[in-house]
Amino acid sequence: MKRKNQRLILLGLAAVAVFGAILLAMSAMRDQAAFFYAPADVARKGLPLDRAVRIGGMVKGGSIQRQPDGLTIHFLVGDDTDATIPVRFTGITPELFRENSGVVAEGRFQPDGSFVASEILAKHDENYMPPRLGPQGQHRTDTLG
Amino acid sequence: MIAEGGLAALWLAAALSLLQLFLGIAALRPGGAHLLRVVRPLAVAQGLLAALAFLILIWLFLRTDLSVQLVAANSHSAKPWLYKFAGAWGNHEGSMLLWVTVLAVAGAAVALLERRLRQDTLIATLAAQAAIALGFYAFLLMASNPFTRLSPVPVEGNGLNPLLQDPGLAFHPPTLYFGYVGISIAFSFAVGALVTRDVGPAFARAMRPWILAAWVFLTIGIVAGSYWAYYELGWGGWWFWDPVENASLMPWLAATALLHSVTVLATRDGLRAWTVMLAVVAFSMSMIGTFLVRSGILTSVHAFAVDPQRGAFILALLILYIGGALALFGLRIGTVKEGSQFDMVSREGALVANNLLLTVILGIVFFGTLYPLAVEAVTGEKLSVGPPYFNTAAGPVALVLVAIMGAGALLRWRSDRVKALGNRILIPVLVAALAFAALLVFAPDAGMLPLLGLALAPGVAAASVAPLWKRNLRRTPIFIYGMVIAHLGIAVSMAGMASESAFTKETLVAASPGQIAHVGDFSVRFDSVEPIAGPNWTAVEGRLTARRGENGREFQLRPQARMFSSPPTPTSEAAITTHWDGQLYVALGEEDEQGRWQVRLWWKPFVTLIWFGGIMVALGGLLSLVGRLRRERKIAPRTDAGTRADPEAVSA
Repeated sequence: MKRKNQRLILLGLAAVAVFGAILLAMSAMRDQAAFFYAPADVARKGLPLDRAVRIGGMVKGGSIQRQPDGLTIHFLVGDDTDATIPVRFTGITPELFRENSGVVAEGRFQPDGSFVASEILAKHDENYMPPRLGPQGQHRTDTLG
Repeated sequence: MIAEGGLAALWLAAALSLLQLFLGIAALRPGGAHLLRVVRPLAVAQGLLAALAFLILIWLFLRTDLSVQLVAANSHSAKPWLYKFAGAWGNHEGSMLLWVTVLAVAGAAVALLERRLRQDTLIATLAAQAAIALGFYAFLLMASNPFTRLSPVPVEGNGLNPLLQDPGLAFHPPTLYFGYVGISIAFSFAVGALVTRDVGPAFARAMRPWILAAWVFLTIGIVAGSYWAYYELGWGGWWFWDPVENASLMPWLAATALLHSVTVLATRDGLRAWTVMLAVVAFSMSMIGTFLVRSGILTSVHAFAVDPQRGAFILALLILYIGGALALFGLRIGTVKEGSQFDMVSREGALVANNLLLTVILGIVFFGTLYPLAVEAVTGEKLSVGPPYFNTAAGPVALVLVAIMGAGALLRWRSDRVKALGNRILIPVLVAALAFAALLVFAPDAGMLPLLGLALAPGVAAASVAPLWKRNLRRTPIFIYGMVIAHLGIAVSMAGMASESAFTKETLVAASPGQIAHVGDFSVRFDSVEPIAGPNWTAVEGRLTARRGENGREFQLRPQARMFSSPPTPTSEAAITTHWDGQLYVALGEEDEQGRWQVRLWWKPFVTLIWFGGIMVALGGLLSLVGRLRRERKIAPRTDAGTRADPEAVSA
């Protein structure tokens, strides 16, 4: 095989691989990337009922209610606006989960506007905390200025 | 006075690195040859001074010298000594000092040990290394001084983040840094070779041990980090596609590609420009990793300091180094001659495919990691890219990559026939097909990706050991064993990942004493909860008794919820028992009003294979390194290695 041809074929293969990967990445990004919702976003964007999403905000003080089964909790997630999202979660909450503290939950919205969380992201995942959320000093999450 | 000594050592080291850079450049100019001999001792002295500064910091931490701000902020006199020691790098300033120390010591090692590079290339390499170190010295001295004094001296320190108080994690950052910094050496080599137009097999052979060593450390670091997340965080996961995890995965992917392309360059003189490019990319990835973790753009247990100024500083370094390297690459790459050619169906062809696919995965991870940050910076929109994206996009590519890995090792160099490959690969393909059929019958619900992974794993394992077939095992070079073990490790690890995601069983209960829960074929009795105390924490400890099947032997499980006093932080300690075919994992939650405790039980079949395979991969890399070095030593007296020797062509 001529050197030129070989280079062309290689280049072609590389282009196909990269293009395929981009397609794959784009479709995965569109279908599956869990978009991040803060309580204020729900009013603005409407309820995304068709897919799993992540919500984030602060656990409202005094809002955690333990259910009789010993495993399920109900609580409200708020942000710096008046909006709140009622959340239901069954399972063990991570150590950093407490009232007046930041929380990120993954799950689905229900038609009534409540949110069923399949997972409360553990402390390792604090980095998903949206910046500048809640009263100053509670979260040191400055970003690049 | 001790802290000031550390600061002085740091300033001196920085000054020497500046000198090393200038003398290195001067030595390469016409008439500068007499300076060549000065640069090596400079690099050694710089390494020694940086090491001295770091040792002084460790000393300050071991003594809990609270007059030093960093110690007061991150240590506590009641802490176990191991964490006082590890606390030296369990914070922003200390970890940056560790980083620059490893960088400088590695530079000193190159100056002392490197005998294969051409003299002028070596000097250019040392100058490049000094340029990198200089940036980080400046960062430390101007924005992150670890030796700042504190006045008045506090009575007690703040303590180390309890999440970091774990023996495995204490040594996790140094391991990763050895990897990151080893890559910087490969980068300096590439810059050096570009400057002196010396890109060729001899250069590749000189670079290979460094990239191999870096890669081994990165692999160990990632495996250890994954296991730590698994047992310390209590959520039973082993990989989360967290940006911080990705920050270490991206350089690993690039280094893995580089490792393979450098082999093509060393043995067959192909892929010259590509190898140099990969060295630049790999270093860029380790810089981006540092930027993500150390800039405060993310907050996590890894991102100790949140200070926009520091982030901007690292970003500036990032742009300077990567931009400079790319500019040099653009200017000089035209002068790099094309290497020798090869057929598409050949070992080289497979390695090109390997490089291409690794790069594609790297691109996917890179995109998914930085896209949310970019979107937020531009639009303010918060976006979160999680496991579904990465699994869907990177998973299939990884499967193809692993399949090619199996086939590639069975191909001959330069040129091979498709039919011959077909014969050699017949058995592995049959193994994989049989496994696939068996899985379809016995575990049809496993999900497509895990199913394919489980089927591919035994096939790849068979293909991995095939290069040993019909060889005289005692005369097979060690680096062949290295390749076999590393590839086998990938298959083992993949089997573990697939098995864990396909067959994990989970039970969640609110248990009162005496109650029995079931998970998999285990029955677990919840006995009681007792308070206990450790050196710097208190805890509630669950007492559970488990048995397997009807008549299994009883064994105890003791999950804890710990409370550290300084700083006040709760952590969970899962109880994990390892069986030959998997792990039983128990985490303790909270108590409810009726005195019931939340207990989460997992049965994770063959989950240990994930890390066991990872260790095999690292071991394979280590064997390759040892094998290559030994072989070169043997060949050196006869053929003056580094000039024309082509050792693998004979045996591989």
